[in-house]
This record gives sequence, structure tokens and C-alpha cells, in this order.
Amino acid sequence: MATILANNDNVDITMPELKFDITRVRHDFPTLNQSINACPLVYLDSGATTQKPQCVIDTTAKFYTDENANVHRGRHTLSENATIQYENVRAQTATYFGVNSNEIVWTKGATEAINLVANGLRKQVTANDTIIITPIEHHANLVPWQVLAQQTGAKLAAMPLNKDGTFDTELCLKFIKKQKPAIVAISHASNALGNITDLPAIIECAKSLGAIVVVDGAQSAMHLKPNLKILDCDFYVFSAHKMIGPTGVGGLYGRYELLNALTPYQTGGEMIQTVTLYESVYRDAPAKFESGTPNIAGITAFGAALSYLSQFRHAEIFEHEQAVFNYAHSRLAKIDGIYLYSSIKNNIGTLCFNYKDEHPFDLATLLDGYGVAVRAGHHCTQPLMAHLGINGSVRASFAFYNNYSDVDKFIDALQACIAILD
Amino acid sequence: MTNTFNKVSESIRNASVWQQKYREIMLLGKTLPSLLTALKIDDALVPGCESKVWMYVEFDLTENVLVVAGDSDTRIVKGLLALILALYNGLTPEQVLQVNAYNEFEKLGLISHLSPSRGNGIKAMVEKIQTMAKQKLI
Repeated sequence: MATILANNDNVDITMPELKFDITRVRHDFPTLNQSINACPLVYLDSGATTQKPQCVIDTTAKFYTDENANVHRGRHTLSENATIQYENVRAQTATYFGVNSNEIVWTKGATEAINLVANGLRKQVTANDTIIITPIEHHANLVPWQVLAQQTGAKLAAMPLNKDGTFDTELCLKFIKKQKPAIVAISHASNALGNITDLPAIIECAKSLGAIVVVDGAQSAMHLKPNLKILDCDFYVFSAHKMIGPTGVGGLYGRYELLNALTPYQTGGEMIQTVTLYESVYRDAPAKFESGTPNIAGITAFGAALSYLSQFRHAEIFEHEQAVFNYAHSRLAKIDGIYLYSSIKNNIGTLCFNYKDEHPFDLATLLDGYGVAVRAGHHCTQPLMAHLGINGSVRASFAFYNNYSDVDKFIDALQACIAILD
Repeated sequence: MTNTFNKVSESIRNASVWQQKYREIMLLGKTLPSLLTALKIDDALVPGCESKVWMYVEFDLTENVLVVAGDSDTRIVKGLLALILALYNGLTPEQVLQVNAYNEFEKLGLISHLSPSRGNGIKAMVEKIQTMAKQKLI
């Protein structure tokens, strides 16, 4: 059982003054400015999907209104413009992550990107290989590796995890050295807890032993804006909709030689060099992984999301998120009967908690009555919940558009819910 | 509408604020006897729910009336289950098809709990009861 942080008077509640123009930012996100159940919306479910700024919404509408055409096909003006825009966003994404354009593959989300890698590695994996997974993974970064292991006979080995859901880096490194894995699949940040993984040490160790490191960046891509060349992972997956972009768009970064060596798991048009009736020659990455018409409007709108983010220094966003998160964490910890599972240090801004033995579903249902949007359940991390000895939890996940007032409303609502339940 | 349902839902109908409504729902759930642990098996679980809902729906062969039993690990869903049981238990297949749970939940201001996104098992339970009643009449 995780530590209970009940009535912890030693926790200091601090509210540093924020430099970030949060009023303007909140104005840019129309969804935030509404009432739910006659209360102002307090959106604390950004871990599931972030809200979208007006520019992303406008770009989507503008694409379908004025610019719609297929990419890489027509020799007409609209198609050429759509292709330019589509490739520009690829370049923009590459810049965001500090990598090369040809190392970014568009997918419909992080889940598809992981499936692309796991399927693409099938020919390279044998029954003698070990794939390291971890207990904190989202099911999306577990099931594809289970399937790969079943198909190839490779062994799965789960990284050791402390009782409280954090990794002991030393133990992890020892484990990696012992297992000598072919692949390490690991999250940059836990979607349920928000805890940030000490990736640099793990990646360095795994790669020194020749392993391919696949990082699930769904939760970290926006909050941490990692430079992937510095992080030095081999593959990294992300979802646009968790980065203030549209749903149905995501991507895969792959170190070029490794990316190009993957076998395509979907085939069809656009990914081929030449086709005869009986055989085809594939194009090089990224084209060979992008068969069929992609989500052009979505990718164009994702470009608007990245432009929106680029108006801030990342440190500015991070500092704001951390200040609001720390305030929320310390206020939550002071409520008697709260079990907090998220670590306060090295956290992207997620609070995973329960109240006494109340069911998270009841708590989340009542919080919704006060306009507070949180998630309840196992967060697609059943092995992690089992590890923590719980069936599920409430998850409040923050983003840079949240403010101190959101925290106050959330805590007030939570106390009112507790009064109903007690 | 059945008298049992009118009686058990009265306090919910009379609740002046939503907080009171949920209090009454949870109190109602408390009156519902728990299923025996031996019956809380995975085969009886409604799949895909955020909360655990076990349900048994059968027709009593001699009386030809519906027998519904269920339980949930959450207090709110258990209260909603109690409402469904009060609506349908003891009805003949013909009577079952005349009861519209959606209308009744709408009147109580609880319709959102029957929305597909809630995934709380109540909707699945209503659908199963109605399907079984229809099959019984074929």
C-alpha cells in the first residue's frame, strides 16, 4: 500500500507568483471557458487529452474550407500547397524534438506508432532475445510487445519497480545488465502517476549492451519537450492530441538507419517505388510507413499547435505547470483520508489518488457535479494498479492552461464530495 | 409504472439539489442486499466498465416473471442498480417491454447514467433485460 499523506502539516503550501500570462492563455482555449453543471469547468484530464487553442480549431476549418487536396499526388496548385504544408509540419515536428525530418513518421497516434515499431522489428527478433517492459506502462506499450514475444518466442522481462511506483535507477541498470535485452520499451512519464522516468541512465546502459530503446512519449512530449538526439533513444512515439493538437494524429521518431530497417506493417499506395503485378519495391522511410491518405487536416492543424507552443520558452511552460502542480499536491496532501500515489518530485503534473476506501468512480461522478473533470479507473495500467495494491484511482492531470484558481475549485469540490460520501 | 419503483424513487424525485439526489441514490444502494461472494464471478461481470457490475437476469420458469439480481463495487452504481431492479423485477415479458427505463431515468434527472460513454453497466443491464424479454415472446 502506498503512503498515506493525511493531514501532513509539514507540507508547505506555496504559490509562487507566475510570470506566464495565464489569463491570455486561458482565453486562447475556448473549451475552458464554459460551465459544466452550472459550475465553471475545471479541466483536469489533460493526461487523457489536452484542450485545443483557437488557432488549431481555425486551421482545421480553414484547411477544409480553402485548402483541401490530397498530398504527394496531384500536380495541381491545391495539392502542391497541401503537400508543402504537410511536409512543413513534419519539419516543424522534427525541430520540436531536435531530430531530422526524415526520421518522423506520421501515424494516427502513439498507439499506432508503437504497433508500427513492434511489428516492424518482428524479422529482427528471435527466440533468444529478451524484451524489457516495465510495470508502469500503458497497455499500449505492453500488449504490442506481448504479441511480438508470442510471435517470435522472445522472452519478456519486467523492470523492477519500487513499492511506491518509482524506479530505483541503480536496480534498473543492474537488471538491464543481467538481462542483456534486445529491446527496452519504457515510458518517459507514467500516464497514471505522472512520475518521470530517469531515462538518460537507462538508455545509456541499454544501448551500451546493444539494445534498441523504444520510448513511449505520449505523456512527456508536451510537458518535457525532450531533445531526442540528446536523450539518445532509438524510437520515440507521441500523440498530437496530448500536445494541444487534434485527435487522430501522432508520430514516430526513429533513428534513421533503425527506422529504415523496420518492415512496414501496412502496405498500399504512396509507400512504393515501383509495383508490378507480382512484386513491389518500397520507398525509403518515412514514406514506406505512410501508405494510404493520411490525416492531412489533422497534421496541418498539429502544425498550428506546435507554432502556438513555440511562442513560449519551454522552461516558462514547465515552471508554470510545476508551480500549479506543487500547489495542488500540497493542498491535496493536507486532506485527511487521502491516499496519494504520485511522486511530488520528478512529476509532469499528475495527481493519482484515492479517498479512504471510496470507489474512484463515485468520487469522479460527484466531482463532475461541481464541474471538475478528472479520470477514474485503472487508466489502462492494470499491472501498475496491481503493483500499488489498488483496483483504480482518481487521476487529476494538469497542463499549462491550468491555474491556481483551478486548484482551489478542485479542492473545494473534493471537500464537498467527501462531505456527501462521509 | 410499478408501485415499487415509485416508492423507492420517491426520495430521489423529491431531492431539491443534485447532492441530495446522489445521497439518496447511495442510501438506496445500501438497501440492496450484496450478492454472495460466490456469485461475484468474472463471468457475471458486465464487460468494459469503470466500475465492477455483476448481474444475473433470468425468467422464473414457473411464474414467467423476470428475476434480476446485481451488485456493484461503487455506491452510486449500486443505487442505480437498485432502481433498475425496482423497475423490472417480477414483471412478465409483456410488462417488461412496456417499461421504458430511459423515460424513468430522464424523469429522475439521471439520464446521463444511461449514456453510452458512462460505461457503468446500467445501460448494458437494461439492454440485456429487454433483449431477454423479447426472446421470451418469440
